[in-house]
Amino acid sequence: MDASTNTNQIKKPLSFKRKAYIGTMSFLMWLCALITCGLVVFILAYVLFRGLPNLSWGFVSTAPSYLSGNIGILPDILNTVYIVLASLIIVLPLGVGAAVYLTEYATNKKLAGIIEYAAETLSGIPSIIYGLVGMLFFCQFCGLQTSLLAGALTLVIMNLPTIMRTAQESLKTVPQSYREGAFGLGAGKWRVIRTVVLPNCIDGIITGCILSTGRILGESAALLFTAGFAHAVNGLWKGLHSAGATLTVALYVYAKEQGEFEVAFGIAAILVILALILNLAARMVGAYFKKKRG
Amino acid sequence: MYIAQQKKIGRLSSLPIVTDKRKNMNRHKNLESIVQLIFLILGLVTIASVLLITIYLIIAGIPAIREIGLVDFLFGDEWASTAAEPKYGILPFILTSIYGTAGAMVIGVPVGFMTAVFTAKVAPPRVRMVIEESVSLLAGIPSVVYGLVGMLILVPGIRKMFDIPDGASLLAAIIVLAIMTLPSIINVSITALEAVPKEYEEASLALGATETETFFRVSVPAAKSGIAAAVVLGVGRAIGEAMAVMMVSGNAPNMPDSLFQSVRFLTTAVASEMSYSSGLQRQALFSIALVLFLFIMLINALLNFLMKHDKE
Repeated sequence: MDASTNTNQIKKPLSFKRKAYIGTMSFLMWLCALITCGLVVFILAYVLFRGLPNLSWGFVSTAPSYLSGNIGILPDILNTVYIVLASLIIVLPLGVGAAVYLTEYATNKKLAGIIEYAAETLSGIPSIIYGLVGMLFFCQFCGLQTSLLAGALTLVIMNLPTIMRTAQESLKTVPQSYREGAFGLGAGKWRVIRTVVLPNCIDGIITGCILSTGRILGESAALLFTAGFAHAVNGLWKGLHSAGATLTVALYVYAKEQGEFEVAFGIAAILVILALILNLAARMVGAYFKKKRG
Repeated sequence: MYIAQQKKIGRLSSLPIVTDKRKNMNRHKNLESIVQLIFLILGLVTIASVLLITIYLIIAGIPAIREIGLVDFLFGDEWASTAAEPKYGILPFILTSIYGTAGAMVIGVPVGFMTAVFTAKVAPPRVRMVIEESVSLLAGIPSVVYGLVGMLILVPGIRKMFDIPDGASLLAAIIVLAIMTLPSIINVSITALEAVPKEYEEASLALGATETETFFRVSVPAAKSGIAAAVVLGVGRAIGEAMAVMMVSGNAPNMPDSLFQSVRFLTTAVASEMSYSSGLQRQALFSIALVLFLFIMLINALLNFLMKHDKE
């Protein structure tokens, strides 16, 4: 801001060419920022406007039935919950463990570099490829068939880099003096990690969980061939071992293959609301821990 | 430094200060090395996953290419997998993916870039918060939702506007992809722009340039490799997107001769036939995935190079 006062003090006015350049650029910047925000508002408003009227208690609490022509999304909601739980439970120890190895143990720079490069590669691989390999490896090679568990395992690989990165970042913020203090008191390495380092990076782990949940909720291409698209209401254990559509896959099937746009918009509204909640949650977790740290 | 310290502590604790405790210490040491091994294994899971994916794709993708012939496969301009005399040429898919991604970048990069400069340099804190929140929401919306909105707004819109029989086309896919890549482009560019040293900008201002001139003629060139990384990341996202594109692109295996043609991308070629394919057709789908994977690996390598370049 002080820059503008500086330039104003120069007596000679700006040439027309410069003025035009500045004007055009400012206009374009405002325009593009407006376009970006406008797009978000438009998409959210459109989805909610078309989707919310379709949401009813019957819609979210019943299973679809060809006999009665009823369309309900309870099985899809349950499947989504199962797959989120199963993926997170498996990916958390893997991702956090890898992060602990990288920040606390790794003495071999080369190996650490390779691990990080592998994580970067994983995060760049498109979800359709995860879906294919998941189908070949988990469904066929491991004999899991098309099941929620196979889908969850595929998502584990997909979310590994996310959890790893957030955990790593927050491990780095644990002050070195905490570790030194614990070592000075005679604690072994594992004890230091367990009692001092991990409890202090809980915020990174929670943030990672929120980000991963968002990704899992939005994922469809990787689940199409690994988790399938059945709509049966099952318990957790049976559900994990049978095929089932998550909300996103159900949306795709209803919209593209059955032309049930009202149902699809109902699901889309739920997904968008969940995305809003997760965004807010991530922000609040960040703010809470920042405040706690002081 | 920390590791050196660790070693020192290790040496100290192994001194036979209290001889009774020696046994205890040994057990302790065993535990430590087991824990270290466990963490090492957890760290290696990432590498194992990448290897798993690469090896599986190569094993699954090679047979069909050998049977069809590499040149016929890559440069054959007709895909008719279910015909009596099946043809497996994926040039239409490759070109569609390239054109589609390029088109998305033509729209997405200027908008994303301008928004990033605005957010990082110009916007007052409140406005900045609004934009950042919008961008993270844009990233959080599932791709099928983009597909759905595209199907019901974009596709009919294009049909009416250009008076063609079906609006599901390359153009619709390009627009959806452009919107979907905005968050990656904006976020990475903002990070790059923020990392520009304040002194550069101050020097430019002191020489009489206005703020806007400084941002575009000093900050942006200084952050150019970071911004290039943002574009490459966007390219990766666009080329890998499947579901949204499947819902708006019409999905016919045509050559992408015009913007209004119904087309099929590499990703959608895999997704659309997988559920009912068998035999050579199925193997050919794996080969398509392998081609897609090679594209992505190239893009990743480029991205990695740019990121490193940026750090230096």
